[in-house]
Amino acid sequence: MKKLFVPLAVIVAAMFVAAPIAIARADYESTMLLVQKIFYFHFATWMALTVAIGVCGVASVIYLFKGSKAADWYAAASAELCVIFGVFGLFSGSLWGRKAWGVWWQWDARVTMATMLVLVFLGYLMVRKYGGPGSEKLSAAMGIFGAATAPFVYKSVDWWRTIHPQTTVMKTLGEKWPGAWMLVWFCSLAFILLTVLLLVARVHLEAMRSRLDDMYLAAEE
Amino acid sequence: MRPGFVTVALLVLKKDLAIEFKSREIVYTTLFFAVACVMIFSFAFVMEEGVPVEGAAAGILWIAVAFSGTLALGRTFERERYSETLRALLLAPASRAAVYAGKLLGMILMMAATEIVLTPMVAFFFHAPFFARPLLLVALLGLGTVGFASVGTLFAAMLVRTRTRDVLLPILLYPITIPVIIAGVRGTAALLQSPPEEPVATLWIGLLTAFDVVFLTLALWTFEPLMTE
Repeated sequence: MKKLFVPLAVIVAAMFVAAPIAIARADYESTMLLVQKIFYFHFATWMALTVAIGVCGVASVIYLFKGSKAADWYAAASAELCVIFGVFGLFSGSLWGRKAWGVWWQWDARVTMATMLVLVFLGYLMVRKYGGPGSEKLSAAMGIFGAATAPFVYKSVDWWRTIHPQTTVMKTLGEKWPGAWMLVWFCSLAFILLTVLLLVARVHLEAMRSRLDDMYLAAEE
Repeated sequence: MRPGFVTVALLVLKKDLAIEFKSREIVYTTLFFAVACVMIFSFAFVMEEGVPVEGAAAGILWIAVAFSGTLALGRTFERERYSETLRALLLAPASRAAVYAGKLLGMILMMAATEIVLTPMVAFFFHAPFFARPLLLVALLGLGTVGFASVGTLFAAMLVRTRTRDVLLPILLYPITIPVIIAGVRGTAALLQSPPEEPVATLWIGLLTAFDVVFLTLALWTFEPLMTE
């Protein structure tokens, strides 16, 4: 992974330079006009969040049942990313909602459930920070339960028929407007690669910290 | 020979109920707290003419249930911690999942005891026709309680070891159980419409069942590693 880190960082940087240019050049959507361009990054953040939640859930299970330290670091790092991308997604969604629904905040099913998801991972970080010794296990429980509720968040808009666009929106977009569809996935890929990058960097930091702790302990003895 | 799952669960339940019948501490304090909650809400949701805000009753009922449930969860495990009996329970030659199931059953019964008093009270104070479809209401409350208590029992048990358990329990429990509360409130609110919207309530009952299955499976699965120090 170390060898791949720098090339991957360069690719992601290039993608994030290219994405705004491509978004600026993309056609205006007929009803939302300029505001529709929020969608490219809004959708992409939630894709990145989905990846981070998946990593957090799987890593939490591995840590809880196998006790692998590295799995715990991955879970913690991805929980932090969940909070960051979640907050970003809520902000961009709020901007979108101002134009589409006329209000900054709407208590529709998807928004409520997404906020809940961000709160879950904030709780994860909190129990880790304030839980005292052994809190890694407690936070792992939070990660598992959080990841388990994520599919409900995804399906919430289909079941509750609220005003947030349904999950089929991406399918119809591919048929009606392939240019935008491609761009959305390009942005999503950029965000997902960024997630991987941040995850690897964060886990590396945690590994160094753990090694430092071990060295301190060894020096004291 | 290790005793069976059901035997252990029932023994733990019997123990909890025996303690509770002696002191009645949790049921009384929880009930009093729930009543106090409802009173506070009445100041917020009853307009000047003495008419409650439309549809507020469902939310009030569920928030009172969730808050008082958290209180009961904290107390049940504080009792176990105080006399170091949780360790004894975990050391017993029985499956941990069965211990969890026993504690969960006790929790559900205690919350149900509160709800039996609380629901008619909210119906009375807020003119809410809760009992137009009694079976659907019982299903909503029952499934909601199981969902809330299944996560709550697991989290309260695992937090026993930490110093900040009183603060952490609500912080962890509420975000995870929000879907259950939403389903409960919306389902109950649908029953309060005139005429009651049965299909809506049934949809929420279905969702609650899905949540219960997911939460119970996960809790039974993770209780053992979570309680191992």
